[in-house]
Amino acid sequence: MSSMIPTLMTLAADAVPAAPAAVSVVDLVKAQLPTLITIGAALGAVLGAVSYLIYVERKLAAFMQDRIGPNRVGPWGLLQPIADGAKFILKEDVIPAYVDRALFLLAPCIAALTTMLAFAVVPFGPVDNAPSFHRFVIVPNVDIGIVFIFAIGSLAVYGIILGGWASNNKYSALGSLRASAQVISYEIPLGMSVLGIALLGGTLNLEKILMNQAIGGIGSWYFWTQPLACLIFFVAALAESNRLPFDLVECEQELVGGFHTEYSSMKFALFFLAEYTHVITISFLTVILFFGGWHFPGIAEPGTAGFGPMLLKLGVLMSKVFAVIIVIMLLRWTIPRFRFDQLMGLAWKVLIPLSMANVVAVMTVLQFGWSTWWLTLTSVGLFMAAGFIGVQQAQVALNQGTRRAKSKDHGPVAHAH
Amino acid sequence: MPIANKDVTWVEEPEIGFWEATFLPAIFAGLKTTVRHVTHFQPVTEQFPEEKPTLPLHYRGVHRLNRDDQGRVKCVACMMCATACPARCITIEGAQAPWEDRDKYPSSFVIDELRCIYCGMCEEACPVDAIEMTHLYDLTGFSREEMIFDKEKLLGVFDQTKDSGRDPVRTQRGRLGPASDFEGLPALAPATSVRGDDRSARSVTAGVIQGTAVMESSWEQINEKIEKK
Repeated sequence: MSSMIPTLMTLAADAVPAAPAAVSVVDLVKAQLPTLITIGAALGAVLGAVSYLIYVERKLAAFMQDRIGPNRVGPWGLLQPIADGAKFILKEDVIPAYVDRALFLLAPCIAALTTMLAFAVVPFGPVDNAPSFHRFVIVPNVDIGIVFIFAIGSLAVYGIILGGWASNNKYSALGSLRASAQVISYEIPLGMSVLGIALLGGTLNLEKILMNQAIGGIGSWYFWTQPLACLIFFVAALAESNRLPFDLVECEQELVGGFHTEYSSMKFALFFLAEYTHVITISFLTVILFFGGWHFPGIAEPGTAGFGPMLLKLGVLMSKVFAVIIVIMLLRWTIPRFRFDQLMGLAWKVLIPLSMANVVAVMTVLQFGWSTWWLTLTSVGLFMAAGFIGVQQAQVALNQGTRRAKSKDHGPVAHAH
Repeated sequence: MPIANKDVTWVEEPEIGFWEATFLPAIFAGLKTTVRHVTHFQPVTEQFPEEKPTLPLHYRGVHRLNRDDQGRVKCVACMMCATACPARCITIEGAQAPWEDRDKYPSSFVIDELRCIYCGMCEEACPVDAIEMTHLYDLTGFSREEMIFDKEKLLGVFDQTKDSGRDPVRTQRGRLGPASDFEGLPALAPATSVRGDDRSARSVTAGVIQGTAVMESSWEQINEKIEKK
């Protein structure tokens, strides 16, 4: 953003004193050429990745369910995403008669736009020694990077809320209501879990956080000192992007589809484009914040320049991100969907207190200048404490149940529980 | 009636320990299961158009009309199948049979395969084993008219399937079924009167009322026959 501001100012300076307009436009384009190229590359990469991630997800889901998955279009079904895309574009675009037209059309655009905008500050490659024409991040050196991502990314839920509301459909509206409640709950642990890293690194700039870990070596990956924060961040981010097991917004069994019931063709596709972009963004964030980004000891070290190391770093980063995405997909078919009260309970009773305690621990350690490794212990301790509280709670519920079962006082009619 | 207390098995929930309360071991166990399905990939699905399933022998597919050993349609137009059919998809028009061994034959025999519910009642009702269901299941067509099978088409299904190995002609190969077996059947009870020139009046057969003029002799014959057995 800092690089954009001078350009905008030059533009203003050129435009105001009646300078030849053509020159300023050319200057503007010249100055913004790397940005435009990066936007083009990133957008193309994200869209291509999304379509093939859907393919990977379908294949993986099929394997887990002892099926083969898409195998009709092209070899191993590799052209399936293209067929799907063509289908989405060519299908009839139905707008039901009783919808709020403006909002109905706006909602998928908001969803897609905000998630892509959030991707703008994510460094998707080695930023430090990238070629000048392509710098691996659309907006470099944003000092409020994390805040920007959370602020813009959480706007995506407006797309869902508006879409469900504008559909004029009870089930869609219920889905939207759930989305709003869910996003209010999970924004808090999401932000709080990253606060510890911001304090440790002294910055909210994603590139600096990445460099901190790369320079410090594998031991300084924030995963080691903030494992609990990593867990909380990952869970909250899954909930944020409405992925299973937190996809209450679109649970087919209860809501006839959910917020997107009334949507068809490309508008429907835009919602899922947004969801997958969100998944990609949170995977990048998980890797950059907790797992050292492109850094890997022995393979991709900081300070190396040139084309080869750059490719290596890119490969390392992409492999890590892909691994996180695969884990997300595996979790999808592993954990059943939460009930709504369980979802709320998890956020308010577990994740928020834990993340707050974690932030307090980080502040204490920094205040007294202790070794950051104490934070690992604190994380484990907090996790154990949460576990013991959970045992206590379960035991209370169990005792109540057991008392009823053991009293042999069921009366003549036994209730089948 | 309320359930007696002794009939109820009370199951107690398992104790929840520390690790169960943290959910993590359960999640990892679940992940292990899902990953195992990927690494030890054994699909149970069938690639349908390429791999055809082997259907059980009692599968009920498209109908066929069987031929006897002389290649004639076996059906005697008795209307049993059309009567038994719950979907009323069988339309038969009977006519005087041009052959000696039966009275009637179907001049037209039409099954609407789109109305049929493939229950197999026609197959069970048929007294001469003329209508049978085959293993053909992928029945498709471009129009509704195409799916209305007439006698020729149903006989064609027989020609197509009789040697497939999965659809043998099940009983009474070649001959008509027991219903057309006039000689072997004793008259168990009088049912209906017939004209004197009817073949059933001339032969020893079931369904003839004693006392009609033409029948006296044949009734005696029947009694003799029964006594012999």
